[in-house]
Amino acid sequence: MLTILFDGVAYGMLLFVLAVGLCITLGLMNFINLAHGAFAMAGGYLTVVMMNRLGISFYWCLPAAFVFSAVIGVVLERVLYRRLYDKTHLDQVLFSIGLIFMAMATVDYAMGASPQIVNLPPSLSGRVEILGAQVGIYRLFVIVICGLLTIGLQFVIAKTRFGSRLRASVDDGRVARGLGVNVTGIFALTFAVGSGLAGLGGALGAPILSMDPSFPLKYMIFFLIVISIGGTTTITGPFFASILLGVADVGGKYFVPEIGGFIIYTIMVAVLIFRPQGLFTRSAAR
Amino acid sequence: MIFKSILAGAVGLAAGLQFTAPAISQETVKVGLIATLTGPQAASGRQKVAGARLYMQLNGNMVAGKKIELIIKDDTGVADVTRRHAQELIVNDKVAAIAGFSLTPLALAVAPVITQAKMPAIIMTAGTSVITERSPFFVRVSFTLPQQSVPIAEWVAKNGAKTAVSLVSDYGPGIDAQNAFKMRFEEKGGKVLEQLKAPLANPEFSPFLQRAKDLKPDALFLFVPAPTAGALMKQVIDRGLTEANIKVIGTGDITDDDQLNGIGDSVLGLVTSHFYSAAHDSALNKKFVAEFKKANPGMRPNFIGVGGWDGMHAFYEALKKTNGDTDGTKLVDAMKGATWESPRGMMTIDPQTRDVIQDVYIRKVEKRDGELYNIEFDVVKQVKDPMHK
Repeated sequence: MLTILFDGVAYGMLLFVLAVGLCITLGLMNFINLAHGAFAMAGGYLTVVMMNRLGISFYWCLPAAFVFSAVIGVVLERVLYRRLYDKTHLDQVLFSIGLIFMAMATVDYAMGASPQIVNLPPSLSGRVEILGAQVGIYRLFVIVICGLLTIGLQFVIAKTRFGSRLRASVDDGRVARGLGVNVTGIFALTFAVGSGLAGLGGALGAPILSMDPSFPLKYMIFFLIVISIGGTTTITGPFFASILLGVADVGGKYFVPEIGGFIIYTIMVAVLIFRPQGLFTRSAAR
Repeated sequence: MIFKSILAGAVGLAAGLQFTAPAISQETVKVGLIATLTGPQAASGRQKVAGARLYMQLNGNMVAGKKIELIIKDDTGVADVTRRHAQELIVNDKVAAIAGFSLTPLALAVAPVITQAKMPAIIMTAGTSVITERSPFFVRVSFTLPQQSVPIAEWVAKNGAKTAVSLVSDYGPGIDAQNAFKMRFEEKGGKVLEQLKAPLANPEFSPFLQRAKDLKPDALFLFVPAPTAGALMKQVIDRGLTEANIKVIGTGDITDDDQLNGIGDSVLGLVTSHFYSAAHDSALNKKFVAEFKKANPGMRPNFIGVGGWDGMHAFYEALKKTNGDTDGTKLVDAMKGATWESPRGMMTIDPQTRDVIQDVYIRKVEKRDGELYNIEFDVVKQVKDPMHK
């Protein structure tokens, strides 16, 4: 029973790290980047290459995946995304879907289509007993990392000078620029961090979810559910939404395996009917 | 004037005849191979194409005085696309047969098309029993899930398991596998405690595995399509099912040759039943594996690759039998009852059901020359699909 709760939380946390970058770009920068999963895939595949081909420790792969995806993010932001900030949402959607297909084809060409499997170091595999429940060590590790990340992100956005500049740039870019805030730089950095987090999520998820070229499309739906339930105005919204989804999904499949797969979609539909602005949004106004 | 033009026409006709005559003896027979080369099932498509091409490479492309041409189409794993390709191959390319079909829905989608066109369709992968009943022009050289599941049910019952839980992907072949397993396991006096079904597009198996573990069965029977197997097996091991004294078994899809090395040493000793292993001990298979690896560096043939090989063989032999006649009904009739040695062992096309009859092996994962292989240690001879009436 406790094991189920625990698995659910771990799954939710993983979803959160994968989706939080999208919350940042969508909520704070008002940019719909459906290709978010492609950055996660970049991180995941980097982990696969580093571990399976170069034999580098998994612990080094995590920061490397963050940096790798962040760099890709910055380059794409400077070269491509920047031009679409003031375009309509439809243009952004079409553009980023196109990017997904290009990313999938690239990975397919470079790495092949079969799913890549990451073998965890012995220190992270196995299980431990906590409060009488059997708990996977790797899932515990995921929970700890993701928990720390959430606290860190929330702190940066709510309490630091960078956070207030970011919020100012989003609320009114022209005024912020007039007050001497480097809006372009802040957006680029934010985009990089969002992409980097996706990469980290991909690396963390690789041992559980297995990487294949269709990853960005397969998980896009989960990201979008997290965001539609959690709203995009805060970090905590998507966080709780992810946990809720993770627990509901795992619990549903455990207790009622017959309909387990539908539960998260049912929750999404219910939330969209009763609170179309999202469960954890403070107000409907952005 | 008139005479002149008639003369010119006659000369032209004669010249035309002269030029078409050698063309007739060089007639090509086209075979359409509809494989899934992009998308999540892409790995299977590559195996299949590699197997079919290898057959043509080693056996030449001339059969009964005709040149065989393979036309490869990518259906991306979507049934609509498979059907469209089938139509185009039949109407535009005028193929003599189509082959391929990586998933059951893709095969079912072309059933009406091939029936109407009287077009032989060779199933190289898809494994739901019912497919061959949907059109008299389907011939299967791959396998059916019940055919693979029954031997392992017998084996595990014989080896002391009284209770079992099954976990399969929730689609045609999965349902077939779990029902066949339950049927035979309960016939042998066992009891299936629960039949769990995970959504096909589901990478997170932990709740299902936890439930299976909490039910404390003697054995856990698994089936998922090969590309998903790696992720599933990792979670099985992570959850410590083997340490909880649950015997994990399944069809060979979960220890697919293509992926086995990626899953890692933790699956050592896992017992599965299947019709093909790259480690199958026969001269033909050794040659097949060696040539396959030579032609496709970095790939190891799996059951899908061997399906591609045997699909081409079935067509070659049928065309020889009809002496180059490409009439659909005659080709299908020629395939009925055909028996040949495949890299997997001896196989026969059942003349009644047009389905494959073959040996099913019980295998254990072992390490050979630093690579993981399914080593066959027991065999059930010439298994027929138990679901066909």
